[in-house]
Amino acid sequence: MNTSATAESVVAGPETGYERPNYLNAEYGISSWLLTRDHKRIAILYLVSVSIFFAIGSLFAMLIRLELLTPEGDLMQPDTYNRVFTMHGVVMVFLFLIPSIPAVLGNFLVPIMIGARDLAFPRINLASWYIYNLGGLFVLYAMVNGGVDTGWTFYTPYSTSYSNTHVIATGLGVFIIGFSSIFTGLNFVVTIHRMRAPGMTWFRLPLFIWSHYATSLIILLGTPVIAITILLVAVEKAFRLGIFDPKLGGDPVLFQHLFWFYSHPAVYIMILPSMGVISELIAAFSRKKVFGYKVVAFASIAIAVLGFLVWGHHMFVTGQSIYAATVFSVISMLVAIPSAVKVFNWTATLYEGSISYQTPMLYALGFIGLFTLGGLTGTMVATLGIDVHLHDTYFIVAHFHYVMVGGTIMGYLGGLHYWWPKMTGRLYPAFLSRLSALLVFVGFNLTFFPQFILGYLGMPRRYWAYPEEFQVFNVLSTAGASILGVGFILPLCYFIWSMRYGKKSGDNPWGAIGLEWDTPSPPPTENFYTVPVVTHGPYEYNPEEVHERTSHPEARVG
Amino acid sequence: MASTAYDRHLEGLAAPHGGHHPSLQHQFDSLEQQKESSTLGMWMFLITEIMFFGGLFTAYVIYRSTLHGVFAEASHELNVTLGALNTAVLIGSSLTMALAIRAAQVNRQKLILLFLVLTILLGTTFLGVKTIEYRDKFHHHLVPGPHFAPAEAALQQVADKAQIFFSLYFIMTGIHALHMIIGIGVLLWLLVLSWKGRFDSTYYNPLECAGLYWHFVDIVWIFLFPLLYLIGAHTH
Repeated sequence: MNTSATAESVVAGPETGYERPNYLNAEYGISSWLLTRDHKRIAILYLVSVSIFFAIGSLFAMLIRLELLTPEGDLMQPDTYNRVFTMHGVVMVFLFLIPSIPAVLGNFLVPIMIGARDLAFPRINLASWYIYNLGGLFVLYAMVNGGVDTGWTFYTPYSTSYSNTHVIATGLGVFIIGFSSIFTGLNFVVTIHRMRAPGMTWFRLPLFIWSHYATSLIILLGTPVIAITILLVAVEKAFRLGIFDPKLGGDPVLFQHLFWFYSHPAVYIMILPSMGVISELIAAFSRKKVFGYKVVAFASIAIAVLGFLVWGHHMFVTGQSIYAATVFSVISMLVAIPSAVKVFNWTATLYEGSISYQTPMLYALGFIGLFTLGGLTGTMVATLGIDVHLHDTYFIVAHFHYVMVGGTIMGYLGGLHYWWPKMTGRLYPAFLSRLSALLVFVGFNLTFFPQFILGYLGMPRRYWAYPEEFQVFNVLSTAGASILGVGFILPLCYFIWSMRYGKKSGDNPWGAIGLEWDTPSPPPTENFYTVPVVTHGPYEYNPEEVHERTSHPEARVG
Repeated sequence: MASTAYDRHLEGLAAPHGGHHPSLQHQFDSLEQQKESSTLGMWMFLITEIMFFGGLFTAYVIYRSTLHGVFAEASHELNVTLGALNTAVLIGSSLTMALAIRAAQVNRQKLILLFLVLTILLGTTFLGVKTIEYRDKFHHHLVPGPHFAPAEAALQQVADKAQIFFSLYFIMTGIHALHMIIGIGVLLWLLVLSWKGRFDSTYYNPLECAGLYWHFVDIVWIFLFPLLYLIGAHTH
């Protein structure tokens, strides 16, 4: 669909009748995409794949919400329900939330933002896309053959000794997908270290880069641990070993330690890139330098480091030592500090800024709201006594959806709306996009806020039926999910529409500052005509300059 | 690691940057930047490898501390002589690997080939010895799973605990052996490139990266050998 859009734009560029050479019209044909080593094209490939898996994951979410519309388990059998919520979790976590922002926006923007021609290892970058899809195929294979019913957490010994569903195929899928994130993270770290343009010092890097750097560190240090853990599960199941099965002498709690050592930091793999996007959006649409730039940058690193020290808070009721639990509880609360620093600094950036409520900015403001609520409930469940009450209830479900989904999706969609003109050279309809941002925000809150109440009242997660007194909140939640669904379908439609019919955006429709806005839209294959030389920090906004920078003033109207 | 294969495709494309080294890829400004990048990339990859084996070593440490006596007893079933032999073989292969890089640095093309072949042979020897050890374990019913039946009376009583030791033994040495096989594959590929005269003192980065990987796999074994073979030594 991308090639057709470019073909069209070459024929009929309205302004000049001539399309500058860019990464989209550099080559044509399916093999020019499937064998490309251009980070921008690989980002588009990822965008397509990630969107497909998001749609699949959403389908399972829809089934869950439909089942929970009524107290009786009437839509499906309990076994089926177990598989549905497991597949929802596996697909959304491993195939959407983790790769979404780094592999799509990060891939596209990291080299451009630091003034490089490409990532350090373009072939590895392309390989990561193929590996991602291969892992996705394993998960799909398991799905069409009946799925998995262990929950996305694969807890032992159920997963290794009792479940007769496709644990091994799904596990291998997750194992393989891990390699694709490792390749992406490795590429980012090396590129950011070694390929910055002249004058691009560490403290002139956009915060988007800082947060992707922190994310990459987590990917490099965490992903191998889930890889070996899942491998042990697969081996234990395939050869009937007893590494985690207590009946055979093993220790199931060890599995949980190893699993959460990755899977807690994985939450920060999802949220940190989103925070990077938000920093860019807040600065661009309030025309101000990000307040306390260095502190925000180091807050990303602090979150990455602290994130590795809190995995035990998933195991408060598992039977770990009370001393360990206390320490994990305290460190978990410490994560609130760098997170709050970010929220406060974004808010301070807004103060006395000249704010314009463009679509990306609506997502950014929505992010701050959702993330604050998700983060505050996070400190709640980090408290030992409260967690014992709330563990395994819908309160937890609501909390992690606020952080992971509210956080990541708002950043992902906000970022897509912000850089879409850069990626395609086209604008999308302003009113529809604002409407969809509003729908996402309203729909999200209506879906997940009632779940806080449900959980607090004691509705456990992962049940397919529930007592009647919980129905009203579940109906609200399902209604919210329908609104949310519309909010996701709208952007899909107008983004595809805009590739062919959207107005030409010009190089810098937002009048924003950053190396990516100093190069044409869409950028040429080597990103810049001449190697940029950086002489100032990332957010040096001053009013007159901004006016000159705006290449497409009507984009900013209304 | 893959940065090395990319160059040939780009020989044709390198023309716009005129007069550059044929192995310089388009996204880099200089061979030095390319070298620094791929070396850093290799180190990052090795960090992921450390975390990967780290998960296994963590499992080992946990079970070793809770099942100390069982592990010491089970360790006696391993063949220390073959393990020691393999340790020597692997350290030797690290030496020849380092010498191959040295040969490239001083432009001795034939020596590169010789040392690469020696490294590959030593690596294969290691795998051969490992195969013999694995075969013995099968014969003695020491492979964990439904057919696990140690002959040693002391192990029979704690069979469910002892199988954890052997599970870890097979998984850790198995994954290590898999790394050896991948390493030998990489070295064979570098052998072909060296045969074509691709490496000299201006460009030998692929050799260096492969060397880093090879030494890493070697070091993993240096930890595996005492932790698996020698922990029972003082009890007999």
